[in-house]
Amino acid sequence: MSVKLNALNSDSYIDISQYRDQHFKGNRYDQEKLLKQSNTLYVGNLSFYTTEEQVHELFSKSGDVKRIIIGLDKIKKTACGFCFVEYYTRGDAEHAMRFINGTRLDDRIIRTDWDAGFKEGRQFGRGKSGGQVRDEYRQDYDPARGGYGKLAQQHRPTEVRNSF
Amino acid sequence: SEPIEIEDRLESLICRVGEKSTSSLESNLEGLAGVLEADLPNYKSKILRILCAVARLLPEKLTVYTTLVGLLNARNYNFGGEFVEAMIRQLKETLKNNLYSEAVYLVRFLSDLVNCHVIAAPSMVAMFENFVSVTQEEDVPQVRSDWFVYVVLSCLPWVGKELYEKKDVEMDRLLSQIEGYLKRRVKTHVPMLQVWTADKPHPQEEYLDCLWAQIQKLKKDRWQERHILRPYIAFDSVLCEALQHNLPPFTPPGHMPDAQYPMPRVIFRVFDYTDAPEGPVMPGSHSVERFVIEENLHCIIKTHWKERKTCAAQLLSYPGKNKIPLNYHIVEVIFGELFQLPSPPHIDVMYTTLLIELCKLQPGSLPQVLAQATEMLYMRLDTMNTTCIDRLINWFSHHLSNFQFRWSWDDWSDCLTVDLEKPKPKFVKEVLEKCMRLSYHQRIVDIVPPTFSALIPADPIFTYKYPDESACKTARHFVFFNAIKNRASNEEILTVLKEVPNPNQEDDDDEGESFNPLKIDVFLQTLLNLAAKSFSHSFSALGKFHEILKTLANSDEGKLHLLKVLYEVWRNHPQMIAVLVDKLIRTQVVDCAAVANWLFSQDMAHEFTRLFIWEILHSTIRKMNKHVQKIQKELEEAKDKLEKQQHKRDMDKNSEDEEGQLEEQIERLQEKVESAQSEQKNLFLVIFQRFIMLLTEHLVRCETGSVDISTPWYKNGIERLQQIFLMHHATIQQYMGTLENLLFTAELDHHILAVYQQFCALQL
Repeated sequence: MSVKLNALNSDSYIDISQYRDQHFKGNRYDQEKLLKQSNTLYVGNLSFYTTEEQVHELFSKSGDVKRIIIGLDKIKKTACGFCFVEYYTRGDAEHAMRFINGTRLDDRIIRTDWDAGFKEGRQFGRGKSGGQVRDEYRQDYDPARGGYGKLAQQHRPTEVRNSF
Repeated sequence: SEPIEIEDRLESLICRVGEKSTSSLESNLEGLAGVLEADLPNYKSKILRILCAVARLLPEKLTVYTTLVGLLNARNYNFGGEFVEAMIRQLKETLKNNLYSEAVYLVRFLSDLVNCHVIAAPSMVAMFENFVSVTQEEDVPQVRSDWFVYVVLSCLPWVGKELYEKKDVEMDRLLSQIEGYLKRRVKTHVPMLQVWTADKPHPQEEYLDCLWAQIQKLKKDRWQERHILRPYIAFDSVLCEALQHNLPPFTPPGHMPDAQYPMPRVIFRVFDYTDAPEGPVMPGSHSVERFVIEENLHCIIKTHWKERKTCAAQLLSYPGKNKIPLNYHIVEVIFGELFQLPSPPHIDVMYTTLLIELCKLQPGSLPQVLAQATEMLYMRLDTMNTTCIDRLINWFSHHLSNFQFRWSWDDWSDCLTVDLEKPKPKFVKEVLEKCMRLSYHQRIVDIVPPTFSALIPADPIFTYKYPDESACKTARHFVFFNAIKNRASNEEILTVLKEVPNPNQEDDDDEGESFNPLKIDVFLQTLLNLAAKSFSHSFSALGKFHEILKTLANSDEGKLHLLKVLYEVWRNHPQMIAVLVDKLIRTQVVDCAAVANWLFSQDMAHEFTRLFIWEILHSTIRKMNKHVQKIQKELEEAKDKLEKQQHKRDMDKNSEDEEGQLEEQIERLQEKVESAQSEQKNLFLVIFQRFIMLLTEHLVRCETGSVDISTPWYKNGIERLQQIFLMHHATIQQYMGTLENLLFTAELDHHILAVYQQFCALQL
């Protein structure tokens, strides 16, 4: 008698997204299986200055955090605006997807997504310049993420010189 | 797959009726009734199941669905009868499975079916009479009879008028029985559940008392109720032609020992009609409209809490919203849930995010109501329950962090004129500390007026225990610093450690195993200083030197001293203390009882009223509870495996070995469970004993000095004791016998005993 109605069971905030890690060792099916069981979240759009302590404080609101791995620029080994948050239980991670994703940390709207699980090496940015790929190509100026995108920065210096 | 598609379509049609549409609700219902009637021959059982499910799961749309059932019954009498039977079956199931709130919705649905001419009024009255007769049962928990009375009263806003028109004598008798019950029921539990201890400006009424007052007023108004949306009125001419069914006689299931009746509640009120000066008037606290609005808003949150955008949208599109100050009701209901004792219906952070969504959808009006509510909550902090203040601190700081910490702090400068231990300045101080954790120290300095400097949190930096810089650079520290930094092996470090003299001993202990506070001081301070850069650095250090730490802390005194040193060097960074203590427990360097003893120790007395102390204590208790649950689960799984194995045995002679192994495993797990439970019981005993000692000392001192006991310290202490019971009531229930025999005896000061008695009254 305890029928569950599909129409009423919507829990869309915990669905897996379209993103798939291109460096994942395994096929799509394996990756999706891991994503659906994962206790680990990828967190993006962080400021380069956001600390592990701030991440811990915010993400502890949905449950006990097992560990945080701050994403690093592959060359400079400094924070480059993303991190992984691993919980002890899936349920706590789901709460984070429902209630922390899309809210602010350090004044920035952050985005969380399921991650298949941390592996050594995944803490590094994959952009050519060492940071995240998104910071290679973006055109806008973001002071919390190194200013202009890397590609745009290559054009900028000439303009600055000319302005004098 | 075609049948499945049709079933999904039926589900969708039924679930979505009543939502925003270009057509009127009436024409949508008419249309849907036609579609369903046509599908009855092939999909009757599916339709029955869907309708039963929406009755149980969408109580906020009650009258939409009762109207639908009414229309179907008018077209197909047999279907109406089968539906009623299915509902009765479902009601029995929900009661058997302790799903009491869903059972309420089912009974309410049945009662509204009287309005739709599906169920005959006399048979509904008979069911109510059977429910109320539970109040005559002896030796049953009060919460059982409470529930049956609540169900009857909570249906009356919908069906009171109709039942009185048909059976006024019986209804009067019913209400009189209820009144008698309400007068004699015990209300010891109420103070423990109240958000404020003061009755002004709004008394925190016990939920049954409030509902009774609302029904009394409704009766005085001759059952005229104008708020509930009643689509069936438009169909009256069709519905009154229908034949009604009689509810079968329904005997309430008897009391079972494992029944978990809902706990009593207190009705949260922060607004009245004077607070919403413009626009529609807010219904009074004893008006039945207030009850219905709050009930529906709670139901909407219950249905949609996982999807904050939908939840906010549904709340804001509440039918009849133009006649009420909806934003005020929404804010009051949300805070009511957030502050509910023992605990909110949903995880705290949900409410923060829901309020942010609501602010996004109504940027011109909701933020103002929220600010108004916050202001009112601040003004009443002096009498607010400490647990609720904790939640307010967490909500407010998290909320501010989403809005650039913008707040008119100057409005609260009155808090600077009183003792900083009083609730208002304490609240501001804790809020600023939490705001700092979500940002950084300088940010907090920048956002508050300079007058608030006494409330700004300390800069969270490492401080050596020895105040003298040169003392830190003693040869020993220097040696350690080099040893650790140069990645000396654990053996090399232990060798260096051996040379640290023990101030507690004359002779040198060759093993170096006995408690040596100086060794702990030097090693831990140096290690934590080297690793001070971040949590990860510190965790890494604790991991690397785990063996040494375990050796140093291999006695109760050692564990206590370790925690003491940890606190002293990180006393400006409570967040760091909390995460390090968590790690030390998880890596079994210290046990939970050691942490409890440390928090209650004399060295920590000056921090006793700070929030971080209690967060550490409750986190510690939760870890202990989860540990016990984990091993119990392993035991259950092993037992299941053995059972399966024993069934296989009959078929496979070789499985005797496996059985033997499993039996051994089960024995080991059994011992593990008993040991864990013993540790858990001991933890609670330690905590309660410490509370009793501290509070009794205070009470005796005040009594002999003829001083008022109600200091801010005492209020914090007694409410923190309450908080232990409230936050861990499920676990503590198991140890009631021991607690009563050993600790909460009649010799105890009555102030302390009262807390225990209120707790016991929660489940009576």
